Amino acid sequence: MMRRTDKLKGFALSVLLTLALLLTWQYLTLPFETHVGSSSAQNAEYEMLMGHTPATQQASHNFPSPRQFAVDAWQELKSPFHNTNANNRGIGWQLGASLYRVLIGYGLAVIVAVPLGLLLGQLPILRAGLNPFIQILRPISPLAWMPIALYTIKDAEECGIFVIFICSIWPILLNTSFGVSRLRKEWLDVARTLELSWARRLWLIILPAAAPTIVTGMRVGLGIAWLAIVAAEMLVGSSGIGYFVWNQWNNLSLSNVILAVLLIGVTGMILDTAFAALQRSVSYAE
Amino acid sequence: MQNEPNKPDHLVVVDTLEKRYTKGGVPVFSDISFSIDRGEIVCMIGHSGCGKSTILNILAGLESASSGQVSINGHTIRGPGLDRGVVFQGHALMPWLTVEQNVAMAIRSRHPGMQRGDVKNMTEHYLGLVSLKEAMHKRPSELSGGMRQRVGIARAFSTTPELLLMDEPFGALDALTRGVIQDELLNICAQTHQTVFMITHDIDEAILLADRLLLMSSGPNAHIAEVVQNPLPKERSRAEIHHQKGYSDLRNHIMDFLVQKLNLKEPKNN
Ligand SMILES: Nc1ncnc2c1ncn2[C@@H]1O[C@H](COP(=O)(O)OP(=O)(O)O)[C@@H](O)[C@H]1O
Ligand SMILES: [Mg+2]
Repeated sequence: MMRRTDKLKGFALSVLLTLALLLTWQYLTLPFETHVGSSSAQNAEYEMLMGHTPATQQASHNFPSPRQFAVDAWQELKSPFHNTNANNRGIGWQLGASLYRVLIGYGLAVIVAVPLGLLLGQLPILRAGLNPFIQILRPISPLAWMPIALYTIKDAEECGIFVIFICSIWPILLNTSFGVSRLRKEWLDVARTLELSWARRLWLIILPAAAPTIVTGMRVGLGIAWLAIVAAEMLVGSSGIGYFVWNQWNNLSLSNVILAVLLIGVTGMILDTAFAALQRSVSYAE
Repeated sequence: MQNEPNKPDHLVVVDTLEKRYTKGGVPVFSDISFSIDRGEIVCMIGHSGCGKSTILNILAGLESASSGQVSINGHTIRGPGLDRGVVFQGHALMPWLTVEQNVAMAIRSRHPGMQRGDVKNMTEHYLGLVSLKEAMHKRPSELSGGMRQRVGIARAFSTTPELLLMDEPFGALDALTRGVIQDELLNICAQTHQTVFMITHDIDEAILLADRLLLMSSGPNAHIAEVVQNPLPKERSRAEIHHQKGYSDLRNHIMDFLVQKLNLKEPKNN
């Protein structure tokens, strides 16, 4: 355990780092003229070729300063759930769409992987038989599935859900099967001498014993799902936070892109924190 | 050795057990036959690796013998069951359950459909027997080794088994703790007339607890080399036992047996 004062010091350091980050950001986004004086003639020519004349620098696609970002972000966050048309939906609405897809795809993965993992954990032969398939399927990047998914499933919405499903299922399956296979023989012996039915044995012994490992797998799986959905939506979606990022980039609204990126990070953190709490509640000391 | 399977007093009859792990190889043990009467405490003593744990696990139904059989109340056993309670060497408590929940799980298995309140009362009763009522809400990781083993004992007794099986139950405990729990165990067994089969490598423990001792020869192909009836009166207590007549003779006899068997195993120098 960390001492209380150490925690406070750590927090102070975080605040300092944030300030430093904001200052650096502010400095790098100072108006162009201040830089011109120090740059060589050659550099100025290059900037000209790139279209970065002082005149264009005033345009809106300039990288926003922290202040500009704050103003734009506030504008967006004022009505996060506005839904005027398909091209104009609020960031909250888009985030909700992504979370909904994750809920369905990831939920399906849990429903399939946990029972299958419980089975594999108890049947070494089945485990050995399926292992080559799992080992080959597991390292496939979720996006590599996209063309196959699009061809077979066609519907973009379902494709997104499929991609979540297929990438989050492996860590859950492997961890569940590992957790069950590694169960102490003594505990199963106790179950046998108490003549527990298979349902009671599952509920009273196997699940609680393997729960810490299962939840770890679920936590890893959710992390991967969150990474995958943003990428998948950038590729095919017509909604979702990943689509939002891509759409705002096409609109050259960098403030909204930054806002969305931050929101993706914060959401991922909240999801992970929830699972960390779940993990603590099922863990036990031997 | 007397072995009369039809005598009604025998609760357990073990008949020519043999165990081999490789086909045609030397068996771990063979020709193991003995019986246990109701209310009797039988201790098995022998060197490490002679197959004591295997014999106990066969009695528990957790392992199967290569040949021979075990019957309880005249019925041949076919697997583990609630008629036999096991105190495991490594306590085998569920670390995610509290002490109370560990014992309650056993009671619910024994009495399916029992009311919640009754389960609680019964749990408290059995934890009281091993003076652990105060630690009821703790988890096994918060208990000392001795307390954990006592929970294991309470759990085994709570299913009121016909036969209690214990594999070196106090092997991992310090001498003082061991003594206290031995006294407790002796008390509970006397109250409940519990039939016990236990394994130990502690001679004093065997003499204190056992009515009869089975001395195993060293493996491979171990046998029951000798059966010793404990000459001391049934009401034994740890405080007085070593002053009682016959105690030293018995102790020396077993000690000689164990040392002699150990020497036989060592390679001879030419
Ligand atoms: N699965 C196994 N395969 C082969 N040999 C085994 C196996 N399990 C136990 N043994 C052997 O059986 C013998 C008896 O073991 P055990 O019953 O644990 O002895 P004890 O409890 O008297 O120390 C040991 O010599 C051990 O090597
Ligand atoms: Mg042993």
